[in-house]
Amino acid sequence: MSLLDVRDLTVAYGRQVAVKGVSFTVGQGEVVAVVGESGSGKTTTANAIIGLHPAASGEVLLNGVDIAGWSQRRLRSIRGHGIGLVPQDPSNSLNPVMRIGRQIGEILKIHNYGDRADIRRRVIELLTRVGLDDPERRAGQYPHELSGGMRQRVLIAIAIALRPGLIIADEPTSALDVTVQRRILDLIDDLRKEYGTAVLLVTHDLGVAAARADRLVVMKDGLIEESGGVREVLAAPASPYTRRLFQDAPALTARPYKPFDAAAEPAIVVRDLVKEFGPFRAVDGVSFEVRRGTTHALVGESGSGKTTTARVVTRFAEATSGEVVIGGDPAGPRAFRRRVQLVYQNPYGSLDPRQTVAAIVEEPLRNFRLGDRTARRARVRELLERVALPGTLLGRRPAELSGGQRQRVAIARALAVEPEVVVLDEAVSALDVTVQAQILTLLEELQRDLGLTYLFISHDLAVVRQISHTVSVMSKGRIVESGTTNQIFDSPREDYTRELLAAVAEPVR
Amino acid sequence: MTKYLLKRAGQALLVLWAAFTAAYILLQAMPGDSILIKFQDPELGLSPEQIAKIREYYDAGGYLHTVLGFLHGDFGYSVDTGTPVVERLAEGLPETAKLATCAFVLAVLLAVLIAFGSAYSGRLRGLLLAVPSLFISVPAFWLGILLIQVFSFRLRLVPVIGGTELQQLVLPVLTLAVPISAPIAQVLARSIDQVLTQPFVPVVAAKGASRSWILWRHVARNALPPTLTVAGLVFGELIAGSVVTETVFGRTGVGRLTEQAVNAQDAPVLLAVVVLAATAFVLVNLLVDVLFPVLDPRLAT
Amino acid sequence: MRWLSWAVIALVVLWAAMPSLFTGYDPLAGVPAEKLQGPSAAHLFGTDAVGRDLFARVVHGSVHSLSGALVAVAVGLVFGTLLGLIAGSVRGVVDEIVMRVMDVLLSVPGLLLALTVIILLGPGTVHVALAVGVGSVASFARLARAEVVRVRRTDYVEAAFGSGGTFAGVLWRHVLPNSLGPVIALSALQFGVAILAISTLGFLGYGAEPPTPEWGLLIAEGRNYLATSWWLTTLPGAVVVAVVLAAGRISKEIR
Repeated sequence: MSLLDVRDLTVAYGRQVAVKGVSFTVGQGEVVAVVGESGSGKTTTANAIIGLHPAASGEVLLNGVDIAGWSQRRLRSIRGHGIGLVPQDPSNSLNPVMRIGRQIGEILKIHNYGDRADIRRRVIELLTRVGLDDPERRAGQYPHELSGGMRQRVLIAIAIALRPGLIIADEPTSALDVTVQRRILDLIDDLRKEYGTAVLLVTHDLGVAAARADRLVVMKDGLIEESGGVREVLAAPASPYTRRLFQDAPALTARPYKPFDAAAEPAIVVRDLVKEFGPFRAVDGVSFEVRRGTTHALVGESGSGKTTTARVVTRFAEATSGEVVIGGDPAGPRAFRRRVQLVYQNPYGSLDPRQTVAAIVEEPLRNFRLGDRTARRARVRELLERVALPGTLLGRRPAELSGGQRQRVAIARALAVEPEVVVLDEAVSALDVTVQAQILTLLEELQRDLGLTYLFISHDLAVVRQISHTVSVMSKGRIVESGTTNQIFDSPREDYTRELLAAVAEPVR
Repeated sequence: MTKYLLKRAGQALLVLWAAFTAAYILLQAMPGDSILIKFQDPELGLSPEQIAKIREYYDAGGYLHTVLGFLHGDFGYSVDTGTPVVERLAEGLPETAKLATCAFVLAVLLAVLIAFGSAYSGRLRGLLLAVPSLFISVPAFWLGILLIQVFSFRLRLVPVIGGTELQQLVLPVLTLAVPISAPIAQVLARSIDQVLTQPFVPVVAAKGASRSWILWRHVARNALPPTLTVAGLVFGELIAGSVVTETVFGRTGVGRLTEQAVNAQDAPVLLAVVVLAATAFVLVNLLVDVLFPVLDPRLAT
Repeated sequence: MRWLSWAVIALVVLWAAMPSLFTGYDPLAGVPAEKLQGPSAAHLFGTDAVGRDLFARVVHGSVHSLSGALVAVAVGLVFGTLLGLIAGSVRGVVDEIVMRVMDVLLSVPGLLLALTVIILLGPGTVHVALAVGVGSVASFARLARAEVVRVRRTDYVEAAFGSGGTFAGVLWRHVLPNSLGPVIALSALQFGVAILAISTLGFLGYGAEPPTPEWGLLIAEGRNYLATSWWLTTLPGAVVVAVVLAAGRISKEIR
């Protein structure tokens, strides 16, 4: 008998059916990864198992007992005790106004673990077990005093507090930096081995799933596309969707490095760039050059200073000292805007919700008085075609577009003034793998056809490996190491670079 | 942290100073001699010494003199009765304080009842959430009249005149509390809903906590700061509401005094009330700001 | 339910525009023989102490409340929004000064502020409307400023500067349209609030002179007959509640 046996589970939000008859099992001590893109129903499935979202039909057998139809009151005895939950976003998953110790002790209190002293002892024990230093002090702190990785450890301590047979980990590391991500996944692995706990790992990250799971369940549009042992599915995916998903995932498919021509003249030259916010140095003496027609990636974890560098390069922030030269000669503020364009991470926030697609793409043309009305209209159509969007979208507003379509509109707007340099600030990070792959292909095409120079800001090494010619690795405001993509990935010289690379999936390394 | 508090205190002082100054300018805008002529009206029955004292006060004049006077609680003389404004205020203040305190407590209770009642969901939710919009749309003076009509004239539960102190207080307190409870209830209900959508709530539920546990031990504390802010903001409405309530119920108090002052064109009294209300408002809201870091440890750093 | 609030407002606007369509009675001249009659088919809202039809007085009175509320909202909307826009887009010293002045206005309860204006200007319908309007300037200014500041922080505003937009151009094309929504919703809400405030001031006797059928004044007059004639106070008050509720609902919908 399996520990968890989900049979024909269907879940609906009002009229919309999010999960349509899903069946799978999780055995004792096994790691099963449910993977899929956003909207595939993977998180809904996880929530339905612990009854946080009611199942419309189907069975959820936990140790052979169907809990799908249980009342909330009855389910409370299972939650925390039989099934633990490690949530997605550690920054908001702890009550901000309650001390850490109480939040861990709470689960023990709810399930009548013992008296105050017992609970106190067990809390310290748990904090120690998940690897937090100075547990006594941590117990008295508030969540905002802990880093993201530490908070996720606290959440894991809560999940394992009563040694449940199953832990549901819903994107447990997607909000964390890669190096932290690896340590958290290692911790979950250790605990699983120690306690014999099974893990249901819900993730969009195929690299993580491939590295950590015993079996894979691939979901799409509320249905299971494919399931089976990780090795078998990876080696020979049966469904066409799974095949495409694997191909598109930069973490699973290593492509040849891009040839780099060192002879081209530099399009961006950054020298000794420093940016201070009060006493804090966000960027601390950064220098690099980007050759015309190539892509230079700035990689680093959060707080490394990569985004601040991008903002200084695009003149949205002023440098404290140092210099940035674009295209060889200095340009006045307005002329500068025609040479350098920025594409933002969040395609939901960078488009004015009240404008139509046509107005958004036309705006730079109007600002620089490029052509009359008919000429501008023709140019807008051309730009839309350039980014492979149908002309029927011209009258739509951003809310009526998908995430990928929005990012294409943002790219079209950036291209309108025919810039030399496009700075892409995590421009594909918010997108699903398949969409991400399409946008990356588009960017490559545009570079080839228009001779664009890209400064590509990213935390995602797999994506960087695929798109960039040269790379600078950043940490704490400084460039740790730089070179061609080939050099950085195949023969890193610095420990920090090695540590970053160790955190990405096998094929890319 | 201390910097934040100092900044807030500085802002509060600035606002008070500005309010005092505005009051002074308005007083100056009143033709001074016409005020003195009013005092000399034999109908007021002031003795020559009293008139001399009043003349001395207004002759001294000057910005510093008046503002310093305000700080000492010296607001000049009532045009209506010739007595010092501060004496008339002192007469009404205890009554109004009693009324306002009871009304504020009742308003908060009503708000908590409505907001938490609706958070327990179920069929009553829609109905409960409609209550504040109704409360906020009711003219206070009409509500008072309606209450008198129903409880005094129809049901004869509360005597129109006389009765115990409690009987005298019940209807005015209700009249004052109902409109004030509405914004508090709305903000509390909204912040409860908003807190309930935060990711930490399902985490607590996954620990096996019940709805009540989640609401009272986690949501309540998080929903408190915005509610406290709005409670501070409606504090001023207590004073404004007392004008209407005391008039409708024929109670003595600062509100009644205000109404009489406007009728008698008694500017010194009205300005004193305005300055008093502004001071109370600014102090209460400063207190709220001081409480914020206590309630939310994130603000304490 | 949605149409109901619009219907209430539409009905009251029609009352104000064409009162004779809704009632044949004279709001000012009474028939003494028919005084203090309860609601009936002939007199929908009953009659008052001098035999005037109360429904006719309510219908004819709507124009006073509505026009007063419109003036009040216009004063608050125009001055408040302008100040908020300036404070939010220019920032710096101007912002500090404007917002501290608004803090002063906000620190005085609306009714007391209105009474101060009345003691300066004297009673009367127009003065009451202005007084109520002055009381709402601070709310409009605060909201408009907060919206402008919020919108200015968005990526799309930065992107607009990035594609070569000028300060004025970006303000006009992006910041203004995206911050006005909540301000318009506040106008609808303030319309209801103004009707409440105007009727309160009318009740206290600072608005229209009797025998003008202003709503607050109607209720004040009915107070003397509480024991015998409930309709004189209850029904005009119910009309006020309905209009204010409708304005509030519409405000929520716009938001």
